[in-house]
Amino acid sequence: MYPVSELIRNLADEHGRNRHNLLPILQGVVEQEKYLSEYSMIEIARELDLPASEVYGTATFYSFLENKKMGKYIIRVCKTITCSMKGKNQILLAIEDMLKIDLGETTPDGTFSLLQTNCLGFCHKAPAMLVNNEVYTDLTPEKVRDILSSYLRKQKEGGSHGN
Amino acid sequence: MAISYQLKRADFIFKNENDWEDVLSKSIKRTPSELINELISSELKGRGGAGFPTGLKWKLTAEVPNVTKYVICNADEGEPGTFKDREILSMVPFKVLTAMAICGHVIGAKEGYIYLRGEYFFLQPELKKAIKEFEYYCKEIKLDFTIRIFMGSGAYICGEETALFESMEGKRGEPRNKPPFPSDSGYMGKPTVINNVETLAHTYTIFKYGAKRFYDLGVQYSRGSKLFSVSGDSPKPGIYELELGMSLTDFIEEFGDGDTKAVQVGGASGFLVPRKRFAETAIGFQGKLVGISLPTGGSMMLFNSSRSMFNVLDNYLEFFREESCGQCTPCRVGCQQLLKGIKAVKRGEKNARYLDKLLRLTETMKLTAKCGLGQSVANSFSSIVENFREEMIY
Repeated sequence: MYPVSELIRNLADEHGRNRHNLLPILQGVVEQEKYLSEYSMIEIARELDLPASEVYGTATFYSFLENKKMGKYIIRVCKTITCSMKGKNQILLAIEDMLKIDLGETTPDGTFSLLQTNCLGFCHKAPAMLVNNEVYTDLTPEKVRDILSSYLRKQKEGGSHGN
Repeated sequence: MAISYQLKRADFIFKNENDWEDVLSKSIKRTPSELINELISSELKGRGGAGFPTGLKWKLTAEVPNVTKYVICNADEGEPGTFKDREILSMVPFKVLTAMAICGHVIGAKEGYIYLRGEYFFLQPELKKAIKEFEYYCKEIKLDFTIRIFMGSGAYICGEETALFESMEGKRGEPRNKPPFPSDSGYMGKPTVINNVETLAHTYTIFKYGAKRFYDLGVQYSRGSKLFSVSGDSPKPGIYELELGMSLTDFIEEFGDGDTKAVQVGGASGFLVPRKRFAETAIGFQGKLVGISLPTGGSMMLFNSSRSMFNVLDNYLEFFREESCGQCTPCRVGCQQLLKGIKAVKRGEKNARYLDKLLRLTETMKLTAKCGLGQSVANSFSSIVENFREEMIY
């Protein structure tokens, strides 16, 4: 049995198997796997006795429920007005240069994915970004390089950082 | 010209919450109708931006004879430029929890939910701890009320109350038709009170000090204080509690950088006010006697003369195009066409009169879109295009 099937069963045991338990289950899978594969969605549908299309329809509605494979650390740079005014593009360029990937891509070793997102609610400390669930604010190109370096170091040491 | 009310600071929301046990135990000894009257006489209106009278909302839900009802705290704070709710939940969570339990007592609900946006996932551990302590005390005073956190997953539209219910029910966050209103049929089709985080925090103040303390702040039709999220070109961006009814001139005097060209009041779905109209614009709810009165969820974004209003509008429209749930055609197609349209005008592929056609499109969206998202695109679009037309054209 795939480990994800076991994860889905455990999540269903924890949250329940009704329609209104669907979102917490989808979120639980994304927390572990970073994305929802077609296989995961079909398994969830089977576990909750729902049409797979309904699970797919719900999952793809939400921007934090990714449906393509993501890196271990998902970087989401805020692109809404204040962050955009305060230098979001320079932050993006610094990340792209450092990780050698473009927006929407994942590093070949599967460590980082780079995405943009809408307002994070840190307009007074713009520009801001999320790395998984950690928030970083008042970013500058130097600062963002430091932050990503610390993730890279942790990755090398084999430890885990944040979630 | 609006009367200048001066900028008056207030300090209720973040004032200590150590007496929450006292406020809770005293409040639940009062009758529901007593508490409702207290709220109604305070004239508190919803602080999420729509401004519906809170007392009336509780009253309508209390009057429905139903066994199962719900209290929901809307913490899906996604409006660009708004960040006050996160601060409330991290600084004074017990005020919000207490207010939810009092609401449960008033309407007859035993279950409360906090719908927390996915972006605020990091608030969860502390909030869960607070809830645990809170529920422990509820048991002690024999109050049957539980609170759970429901996480969102990055969808602005889920801040719309009926979309939020859909999301909690495990579906796509697509707004429902209204009526029925949440007071009759909300989460799981049961009568539901859904309030913004800040609204709940204000009810705490009202139950603690009485309606008069709150009513005495602000101006007619816009009573009390409100948190403002100040961002953009300001030397001191941040969160400030101010009395309602202030004029924009006073606000800019305090928070501007001396070169403020325009202010966006109420986030991307709000209005842009150019410098020449600061004096006649007041911040509060509709119905003030003089000048224009703008309601707001508290987002104040300042732009100085180095900013291009075309870029600002472009950013908003991109936001709406992405966040539109896609359910109704006016909003789904309208947002796409508005964005394409202003770009075409800017590039010189369409003449300037095309902007008038786009303005008519926003009028159509205002009339025909299903929910507040599609209806309010017209606010920022028309206020930017009409006031800064020269910046929009080739």
